[in-house]
Amino acid sequence: MTTPEDSRYAKSHEYVHMEGDIGTIGITDYAQKELGDVVFVELPQVGAQLELGDELGSIESVKAVSELFSPVTGEVIEVNEALADKPELVNTDPYGDGWMVRIRLAARDEVDELMSAEEYEDYTKHESGS
Amino acid sequence: MRYIPNASEDIREMLAVVGVDSIDRLFETIPDAVKLDRLLDLPGPWSEIEQRRWFNGLARKNRTAVDHDSFLGAGAYSHFQPACVDQLLLRSEFLTSYTPYQPEVSQGTLQSIFEYQTHQCLLTGLDVANASLYDGSTALVEAVLLAERVSRNRKKVVVAQSVHPHYRDTVTTYVQNLGLEVVEVPWGPDGRIDPEQLRDACTDDVMAVAVQSPNFLGVIEDYASIASIADGVKATKIAVIAEASSLGLLSPPGAHGFDVAVGEGQAWGIAPQFGGPYVGFMVVRDVLKRHMPGRLVGETVDVDGRRAFVLTLATREQHIRRGKATSNICTNEALIALAANIYLSLMGREGLREVAVQCVQKAAYLRQQLATTGLAEIPFSGPIYNEFTVRTSRPASEVLAAFAEQKILGGVAIGEFFPELQNDFLVAVTEMNTREQMDRYVEVLRGVVTKEAR
Amino acid sequence: MSTIIEKPEAAAKLAAAPAFNREGLIFEHSKKGRRGYSLPALDVPRRELSDLLPAELRRDTIDDECEVSEVDVIRHFTRLSKLNVSIDAGLYPLGSCTMKHNPRINEEIARIGGFAQSHPMQPEDQVQGNLELLWNLEQSLKEILGMPRVTLQPVAGAHRELTGILMIHKALATGGNARKYILIPDSAHGTNPASANFAGYGIRELKSNSRGTLDLDLLEKQVDEDVAALMITVPNTLGVFEDQITAIAGILHRKGAYLYCDGANLNSFVGIARPGDMGIDVIHSNLHKTFSTPHGGGGPGAGPVGVSERLIPFLPTPTIEKGDDGSFFLDYNHAASIGRVRAFNGNFGVLVRALTYMRSMGPTGLRRVAQLAVLNANYIRARLKAAYHLPYDAPSLHEVVFSDRNQTSRDVHTLDIAKRLMDYGFHPPTIYFPLIVAGALMIEPTETEPKEELDAFCDAMLAIATECEERPELVRSAPHTTPVRRLDEARAARQPILRWKP
Repeated sequence: MTTPEDSRYAKSHEYVHMEGDIGTIGITDYAQKELGDVVFVELPQVGAQLELGDELGSIESVKAVSELFSPVTGEVIEVNEALADKPELVNTDPYGDGWMVRIRLAARDEVDELMSAEEYEDYTKHESGS
Repeated sequence: MRYIPNASEDIREMLAVVGVDSIDRLFETIPDAVKLDRLLDLPGPWSEIEQRRWFNGLARKNRTAVDHDSFLGAGAYSHFQPACVDQLLLRSEFLTSYTPYQPEVSQGTLQSIFEYQTHQCLLTGLDVANASLYDGSTALVEAVLLAERVSRNRKKVVVAQSVHPHYRDTVTTYVQNLGLEVVEVPWGPDGRIDPEQLRDACTDDVMAVAVQSPNFLGVIEDYASIASIADGVKATKIAVIAEASSLGLLSPPGAHGFDVAVGEGQAWGIAPQFGGPYVGFMVVRDVLKRHMPGRLVGETVDVDGRRAFVLTLATREQHIRRGKATSNICTNEALIALAANIYLSLMGREGLREVAVQCVQKAAYLRQQLATTGLAEIPFSGPIYNEFTVRTSRPASEVLAAFAEQKILGGVAIGEFFPELQNDFLVAVTEMNTREQMDRYVEVLRGVVTKEAR
Repeated sequence: MSTIIEKPEAAAKLAAAPAFNREGLIFEHSKKGRRGYSLPALDVPRRELSDLLPAELRRDTIDDECEVSEVDVIRHFTRLSKLNVSIDAGLYPLGSCTMKHNPRINEEIARIGGFAQSHPMQPEDQVQGNLELLWNLEQSLKEILGMPRVTLQPVAGAHRELTGILMIHKALATGGNARKYILIPDSAHGTNPASANFAGYGIRELKSNSRGTLDLDLLEKQVDEDVAALMITVPNTLGVFEDQITAIAGILHRKGAYLYCDGANLNSFVGIARPGDMGIDVIHSNLHKTFSTPHGGGGPGAGPVGVSERLIPFLPTPTIEKGDDGSFFLDYNHAASIGRVRAFNGNFGVLVRALTYMRSMGPTGLRRVAQLAVLNANYIRARLKAAYHLPYDAPSLHEVVFSDRNQTSRDVHTLDIAKRLMDYGFHPPTIYFPLIVAGALMIEPTETEPKEELDAFCDAMLAIATECEERPELVRSAPHTTPVRRLDEARAARQPILRWKP
């Protein structure tokens, strides 16, 4: 499992990678492995205003659906259109081409509340052990 | 006990392995207080001889197309049922298998559903069909619920009053707690939906418009003009087809911009059998496929690269999404969909058209005979397929009772549904009706009407 | 059936041989000019189509529809059928689906012309035979279920659930408060929450206890003024009977709520006990389960819903009544009814089969159904429990749920075991359900299996357990002998191909 140091992580397994006040959001390598083959990703409209914890979309594997929750508050400025044709990018490159949405954060300090890479790895060890 | 193989010796051996001394011990978790201390009070057991005697006796109490000339329609039609259809349905591997959850040992059922889906697409001119729904009425319900899901908070559905009354009633029952409003639009003098009233009903809070064609009165609707009105408010356009054989000749809803076609597939080789089991079909435009209720079969490959079929897009369904599923449907009408697939394959491109052409020609013949002899009035002037409304000077129920005396099932009275139409009844004509039957129909009606005149 | 595939690699090679090549689609058999039908010549004067129908209402052809002969059709569907396994060929132990023998007299009776060609819109005096049959079926179901009225209108399990919950909603709304939630145990079938949702209710999930049943204390806390009903399956999806059922009914009734019983598992106690004697307000019965009507690859089903006295006014229309003169009629005169739940009169053809079956069995035979269904399941349980983990070891009735816990250490999972069973000639059990059991294998043999078949199945399961230890890769890569092997399901869902195109 890989967990890039330069991102922050939510308990619901989304990551946020910050550049300026723009956060790129996707699901973690751990989460994509748990889900198995991703077959469909439903994403919000560009321009949607999201509160922290709002439903951001959903990810489907062959026999499961998982909801995505927004780890931050802000406006959706871009969604990854490539996932419509190639949902498998979430499996093959979750932190790169498999990203999902870009959000302009309303409050940058929300990111600080999220877990670091090290904290997240610890967290997933507990989760899989339970 | 001919269906229960294990007898006393087997039972003894099995009890020993289980480690109890009687079968009763296995039921100890059922509290004595709720256990039945007697046998059920039911007839039987009966032998097959007794079964045949009793059930045949009941069947003889019915009047049916077996020994009557039938002109019955109104959502269930007497069509040709090819011998092959039922013979193939009785094959053990189709009759006694279940939902193809395990694709490696269910390719027969899966491939057949894929073919069925393809037939539906070709016939309706739309893109994606599901594996079947219960019947035409519940298929319309599912179409309305689909329209609501994609409408984003619109709550009003416009339904033509000339949609089958049972279908409209079923919609009302289903949506009663969902906060949806059903607005009904009447027909005009030609029997088609009244375009002015439709325009008035199509406000911008309307999520869907549903029309039946041919409609309950037998009249073919004008899809193109209805679509243009519905498009004005971006409503989902739903076509209801209660007489599926019409798709052999009539321009399909997909050709006129309709989004959803739903209907009743009974006409495709299925016996009328007092209303069921039938098969509801549903076909939608590609963009709506993820909102589809029910099962879908898709093509894929196995690990050796061989073409194979599998239930797919299953995340829409209740066993995965539970309370948030696109529908609660689980068991559908797979065997009847198989019958439809066999029928459609056998009849094929030419046969489906020929059935429909015979329906149109024969219905036109009888309609004209009735009109030119002046025995009956044809109240609606719009174009028809194989069914039309007839009006006489006497209550329809009396006229039809007189027909029955002459071994003719002469039509379906509609005063029960439209109190102002007490003298009206529907007459359906298919490829099963001969000219001789129709000429006799006219003569019997002459007797009924002149008797009244005397 | 008990042949053990010693050399699956050889079998796999065989599978690739031409004899196993897939039958093409019916559309791929199409050749211009072939015909599979004949019709009488048109016997009325042929008029120009353009005189009858304007051009814009007509289509010229059905593009791409097939042209095949009767021989092509018979061969095609016969070949397709051979790719299916079926209950007629052997044990089909799908838990909760109740795959039992389908008697052929049922098929014959349903095909009698006087039934099959009767029309749903005929006046009552023309279909007295049908109405008498349906009336008799309702009387029998009332006795079997112990309920004062039964509707025959709904056509499948989910359809019945919706019907039942709509009745509860209407009854509560008539009393002034329809309430907001349906309580559903976590072991429930997925149709339960879906049906509750479409009836206008939210769902509250109830956790099962370590026996897989409900805790009365927890239930007591959960039932408040917002709860309309509890929906439970008896016995539940683990095959365990809710022995506190009357106390559960009491808790709900004291709070003005209803007890809804999913009767999918009625076959385990038919003739032994009756839902109506347990305080249940609504029970449905799947005629394609308990009463032997064929599953047909996924339907048609049929299904009655029995209701307690206080729900009678809300039954769907029409009901079937017997008049003072002994004739039968359809009664629409129920002011408080929820209305019509589908067109016409239910799945009549399926109802005919079910009544035929009830008469074949009689009261002694129906009780025997429950007895042997339970004995057969317990026999499998006894034979397999040393090899497979029993997550809930409470006594079970007609089905038994194992898990893959003993096998996962070899990285062999429930799915693999299920697929490997196919190589031994058996349809797999229901897998990964109920959801409260990780890696569930839910086995329901039914009463119609002879001991030899149960033994062959158990021998196969035990052989697989050994293979999991000794040759796990063989199990992980199964099946090896089926017409196709494991499918790429992700591919099917990512780029769906849902119809043939030329």
